[in-house]
Amino acid sequence: MPDSSPAIEVRNLVKSFAGVTAVSNISFTVARGEILGFLGPNGAGKSTTMRILTGFLPATGGHVSICGLPVATRADEVKRLIGYMPENNPLPEDMRVTEYLHYRGRLKEIARSKLGDRISEVLDLCDLKRVRHRIIGKLSKGYRQRVGIAEAILAEPPVIIMDEPTIGLDPHQILIVRDLISRLRGKMTVIISSHILPEIEMTCDRVLIINQGRVVAAGAPADLRREILGPSRYRLEVAGDTTALAALIGGVDPSLKLDVIGEPDAAGFRALSLATDRDSDLGESLLRALAADSRFRFRSLGRDHPTLEDVFLAATRRSWDVVDAPQSSK
Amino acid sequence: MRHFFTILSHEIRMLLVSPSTYIAAVLFLGVMGFVFANILADYSRGPQQMSPAYVFFQVFWIPVFFMVPLLTMKCISEERRLGTLETLLTTPVSTTEVVLGKYGAAYFLYITLWASTGGFFSILDRFAGDARFLDPGPLIGGYLFIAISGLLFVALGVFASSLSRNQAVAGILAFAMLFAVIIGLRFLEGTTALDAESLSAFRTAVDYAQVFTHLGDFSRGVVDTRHLLFYLSGTVLALIFSILGVEAKLLHS
Ligand SMILES: Nc1ncnc2c1ncn2[C@@H]1O[C@H](COP(=O)(O)OP(=O)(O)OP(=O)(O)O)[C@@H](O)[C@H]1O
Ligand SMILES: [Mg+2]
Repeated sequence: MPDSSPAIEVRNLVKSFAGVTAVSNISFTVARGEILGFLGPNGAGKSTTMRILTGFLPATGGHVSICGLPVATRADEVKRLIGYMPENNPLPEDMRVTEYLHYRGRLKEIARSKLGDRISEVLDLCDLKRVRHRIIGKLSKGYRQRVGIAEAILAEPPVIIMDEPTIGLDPHQILIVRDLISRLRGKMTVIISSHILPEIEMTCDRVLIINQGRVVAAGAPADLRREILGPSRYRLEVAGDTTALAALIGGVDPSLKLDVIGEPDAAGFRALSLATDRDSDLGESLLRALAADSRFRFRSLGRDHPTLEDVFLAATRRSWDVVDAPQSSK
Repeated sequence: MRHFFTILSHEIRMLLVSPSTYIAAVLFLGVMGFVFANILADYSRGPQQMSPAYVFFQVFWIPVFFMVPLLTMKCISEERRLGTLETLLTTPVSTTEVVLGKYGAAYFLYITLWASTGGFFSILDRFAGDARFLDPGPLIGGYLFIAISGLLFVALGVFASSLSRNQAVAGILAFAMLFAVIIGLRFLEGTTALDAESLSAFRTAVDYAQVFTHLGDFSRGVVDTRHLLFYLSGTVLALIFSILGVEAKLLHS
């Protein structure tokens, strides 16, 4: 039943190149209509995994299926389900933009009668109207990038795989691509890899972080934050007797703990850091309690907002530690 | 095979905008025009034994050596170098369609260029007004030979292109292969090393694979099925190896 199956299913995928293991035992699934961000440091195996998903590279081991069709045995049908934009976005140098899209549309089996309309539609979507008759080899990098994206979504495939699509785009274009991808949400399944993390955080429903060919973290950005970085933190600057502060804070919420206490500065204010497992914002009650207590003067209160970047750094550092540990103990 | 014609027409377009095609065309027409002018000069001095067409096709190998590499060296190696082979092979096309499409386009151009030399003969016909110069036998035989041997030569060029990501290497490789087939086999036939009894089967094979003998036969109007078989099987083999070459590079890349 290919219709109820997940858009992408990868089980125990292994790929090695002449001794180098690029991907070792990755498993994940992507539901239909979901947007997945694929993250990892350089050389983690992102591009290799994506190439295997498209059927371009054969896997060394494991099982990959797209919309229920195994890539290994039914590559021809799988290729009709995928729009792929490779890393570095290779394009022919000496073709015009519309010519190229027309050729690709024919190869992707779009009916001749619909092709013209569809091409002007994607030219519109990717803001390529002005350069439609220019030679691709003479376009700037950002425009070439847009041609690559236009090509990937041209045939409206159910699954779109893009390897670093936003690299080299200006902020306007990044916004446009973000909108474009968000508009695909629910209709198409999208996997994008990127090193621009705020980008991923804003567009993706879920992220998958890999390192050294292994999955090191997977989930919605908010869940990952909690899981990898632990409790949320508040930053507070207070003057007064800090020993009495612990009791006051405990009274606001039992889960709040005084974590780090800094040295007082010239005005007598200390920077404090509070940790809690609570997700809900405790800022207001903290402020009230502090204002009501005349023993303390306070200057600022803020909640730490760890970004996906922090999650990424922590997750990959943790996995390096795991990888490096056996070697250093030798 | 539904994508064959899409790829074919695309490749012909691409060849028509590529400078190396025009270099090939200019060199080809220049060299062949020069040869033809020399032939005419000989004939104007006095009657010759052979018809002009026969002499003209005797030098077919000169343009083949540079024209086939120039037309084919780019076809697969360039796509591999740019990485567009990856985008091409992730659409619903098969490697076979890609290779055949590219082969078809190069062959089409090869034949078109040769066909343009027909102009030489029509000018001769127009101005010489002497039917002796335009003996149809060697003329048709010569063009038939070009069309059939071209199948193999162009296939060898495509095969060379599938082996390297560097156009120049592919071009030189194609040249070497053509040289081996056209001149090398002729040289092999001339050596006495093959006269040993144990090598007699090999000897016969080499004797069959003489491109110049084939040309002579075609020009006399003799179309031997063994010759046809030689070129057709060689072509099929070279194309199969090209397809395997493209796919093997994927497996090991
Ligand atoms: N064709 C190849 N031959 C040999 N090794 C390869 C090949 N392609 C990739 N690798 C190796 O596989 C590993 C993963 O490479 P991959 O390109 O998938 O990384 P990536 O996650 O895309 O990195 P980046 O962020 O730099 O794009 C690397 O160690 C790389 O050296
Ligand atoms: Mg990569």
